[in-house]
Amino acid sequence: MSDVAGSYWRSGVLDPQGPVGAAQNTILLNATTIMLAVIIPVIVLTLGFAWWFRHSNARANYMPDWSYSGRIELIVWSIPAMVVLFLGGIAWIGSHDLDPRKQIDSGTVAPLDVQVVSLDWKWLFIYPDLGVASVNSLTVPAGVPIRFQLTSATVMNSFFVPQLGSQIYTMEGMTTRLNLLADKPGRYPGLSAQFSGEGFSDMRFMVDAMPQQDFDQWTANTRAAGGSLDKASYAQLARPSSAVASATFGQVEENLFNDIVNSNNPASGTSPTGHHSAPSISDGT
Amino acid sequence: MLGKLSWAAIPFDQPIPMIASLLVMLTILAILLLVTWKGWWPYLWSEWITSVDHKRIGVMYILLALVMLVRGFTDAIMMRSQLALAAGGAQGYLPPEHYNQIFSAHGTIMIFFVAMTFMVGLMNFVVPLQLGIRDVAFPVLNSVSFWLTAAGVLLVNMSLFIGEFARTGWLVYPPLSELAYSPGVGVDYYLWALQISGAGTLLSGINLTTTILKLRAPGMGYMRMPIFCWTALASNLLIVAAFPILTATFAMLLLDRYLGFHFFTNEAGGNAMMYINLIWAWGHPEVYILILPAFGVFSEVIATFSGKSLFGYRSMVIATMAICVLSFMVWLHHFFTMGAGADINGFFGIMTMIIAVPTGVKVFNWLFTLYGGRLRFDAPVYWALGFMVTFVVGGMTGVLLAIPPADFVLHNSLFLVAHFHNVIIGGVLFGAFAGYTFWFPKAFGFKLDERIGKAIFWCWFIGFYLAFMPLYILGLMGATRRMQHYDVAGWQPLMLVALLGAIVILAGIVLTGVQLVVSIRTRDQRRDPTGDPWDGRTLEWSTASPPPAWNYSVLPAVNGLDPHWEAKKSSKSRLQDGPDPKSIAVPRNSPIGFVLAFFAVMAGFALIWHIWWMAVAGLIGALMTILAHAWRVSDEVEQIVGSQRQRAAT
Repeated sequence: MSDVAGSYWRSGVLDPQGPVGAAQNTILLNATTIMLAVIIPVIVLTLGFAWWFRHSNARANYMPDWSYSGRIELIVWSIPAMVVLFLGGIAWIGSHDLDPRKQIDSGTVAPLDVQVVSLDWKWLFIYPDLGVASVNSLTVPAGVPIRFQLTSATVMNSFFVPQLGSQIYTMEGMTTRLNLLADKPGRYPGLSAQFSGEGFSDMRFMVDAMPQQDFDQWTANTRAAGGSLDKASYAQLARPSSAVASATFGQVEENLFNDIVNSNNPASGTSPTGHHSAPSISDGT
Repeated sequence: MLGKLSWAAIPFDQPIPMIASLLVMLTILAILLLVTWKGWWPYLWSEWITSVDHKRIGVMYILLALVMLVRGFTDAIMMRSQLALAAGGAQGYLPPEHYNQIFSAHGTIMIFFVAMTFMVGLMNFVVPLQLGIRDVAFPVLNSVSFWLTAAGVLLVNMSLFIGEFARTGWLVYPPLSELAYSPGVGVDYYLWALQISGAGTLLSGINLTTTILKLRAPGMGYMRMPIFCWTALASNLLIVAAFPILTATFAMLLLDRYLGFHFFTNEAGGNAMMYINLIWAWGHPEVYILILPAFGVFSEVIATFSGKSLFGYRSMVIATMAICVLSFMVWLHHFFTMGAGADINGFFGIMTMIIAVPTGVKVFNWLFTLYGGRLRFDAPVYWALGFMVTFVVGGMTGVLLAIPPADFVLHNSLFLVAHFHNVIIGGVLFGAFAGYTFWFPKAFGFKLDERIGKAIFWCWFIGFYLAFMPLYILGLMGATRRMQHYDVAGWQPLMLVALLGAIVILAGIVLTGVQLVVSIRTRDQRRDPTGDPWDGRTLEWSTASPPPAWNYSVLPAVNGLDPHWEAKKSSKSRLQDGPDPKSIAVPRNSPIGFVLAFFAVMAGFALIWHIWWMAVAGLIGALMTILAHAWRVSDEVEQIVGSQRQRAAT
């Protein structure tokens, strides 16, 4: 029972399944503890002072003109300054260590590239090196760093798998980067964390992390299952639709992701192609 | 002839907005009939609608804020009940196209027309009284500001019945708010309503800034200004600096939507992130525009009811001005997740935390103001103590969100929603209610019912914790904001607790109405003939309640902080020295604000619906009104002589 209750409270962000999420959990916990060490005494003192110095308490010392003390001033500026000095250090170091663009070091294991496109209202995942793709389901090998490149073919969204850590915006005409890793095989829900319109609530996907052999098997099965993602079928896919069931493509046209980044949104039907030439792409940096 | 407007704009097929707008219209009709029946029109016209008295205008602002609080809260409780139902596979009772309008309207209304309007109202009422002067620098402009705000309110509420409101969230991020993704009139309602009311806010900011900088009672140097005036100064400086950014940003989005520009579009080289930078360059200062006056209210309340001067006045002033400046250097923390580099994120994270230093100093100073005091537990003190306890929690979660790697997992989650409600309810709203209860007897000459006042506090306090602590937890569990339904059935119990919290807050809102009615009906027993019901410290308590139109017959001479308190201590009966002047100049009423607002609504509505002839008519009407006012021949002020003064005072 306590285990069930425990797993209920420890879900999502508080149940990290990879190094990024775990590090972020530690930061959350440390920062909260440091601040609680200040704010709990403040709350207790507020209530304590208010109670003790109540009007009806004749024993309390009334000092109507006491309004300045250099020593206390020094202390009240120092306490928050020191807390901030400390937390500022955490923020600065954490920003660098957990920069979404920073690759995860996992020894000899080569990272897997995945390209992510947010569409109205579903997620497209392209595996450029494997030549396969999937919609609303992200299959990855456990223990292997995943190197994401992300963009949007519609409005802004945010790619987020709470148990794996960092989210990042997907923006039309721009590429953002994110590195995550799932420690163990398992199924981790993902979502869009940036409101994107009518079908937003169903813009969810499942991350399926599996051992490398199983992942290889999945790749082979996906290729065998067929389906081809080329310009035409992509245009079909990019049309607005909600609550889309997961699907796979055994074949993906080369450079599709770059074409999506470089062209205007094909779904809006107003695409003067090639308007963004490649050099003008902001890299989200 | 009528642009895009047709019968299809009326939501006959949607019972909820239809019934709601019918109820609103019936209420308005009933009020209009009552006013006509009772023959109150001349009184309303000459004493309120055309009044340029800062006190009347302040009262009207606050009344507007309270009415909009009901509207904004209705949206809130619909959202909470939707999410209490829509768990697992369920879809709840609000489809996305309606739900998305509701959360957009909730945010827009609560920030612009409740929090903002309430605070501007309090500042309008209190600042000239505390400064010991007769009115603001530009009384007629003040009336214009108020009526432009009211015009924005009217447009937002019209969207309920005619057309739709934005479905994009309260800051209408492009490209979602661009024509390609939001072809309807919802975003246009949002933009024009806020352009009009934003102009009003900017004018009000200029007015109050000038007032504080240029018009203080004789002897009131900057370091003798009441702390509320300092926070009001900081807040209005922020308005003057930040609102033009908002206006310019919205203007660019309007050009995109109306004239095919491409500032923020996906197409033709537009960049939506530019909008997001700009909107937060306004948006973060906005947070401090709201909270600083609330800090001022708490400072006054804690010092007054403790019966001692504010601890560390100088520190408080420095902290206030530090927050004022720093608030412009943190905007990027609203989008750490856009993928800017680690250096940029780290910098803005640290800047954000630095704001916590002056804020922390303020909390400690309130703490030491309590120390050595004789605290009387009247209703305003409840709000102040409730604030001190609640706000530090919101501050803590705010600093958590300021750590970029932590923000990467908390951004846009219900944790974030809980955080900003924590500081806006626990800070701004508690401050608004503390100020409302504190200065009500000054405005009307009688106190609000104390027992009901405390009950209102407990409803908000308990309701807040019930409604938002579950959201902190849900956010950590991975629940994001603005979702209309969710898969995880396990979240439902917490959503139900949050709904319960909203219902408790509802009781508080109902009691606010009850308190007003009860207090007015029993006003004869609760009259305060002294003008100083709380044993106050600052100048406003030295004049009568309600104060005469000119506030002070003789301007008070100030020789220190807390002049009224010092005067009482030295048993000087009054601060004013010298004989009453023969006559006092009082600004004459002016209908220009009301007329201008009429044309603003006309032009705004026409622009929303692309009724070009009417837009031109509205703009010409507004221009003519301004010209007519500029070339007026009547006196701007009227002289009130001694005998009239006697009559007016009774």
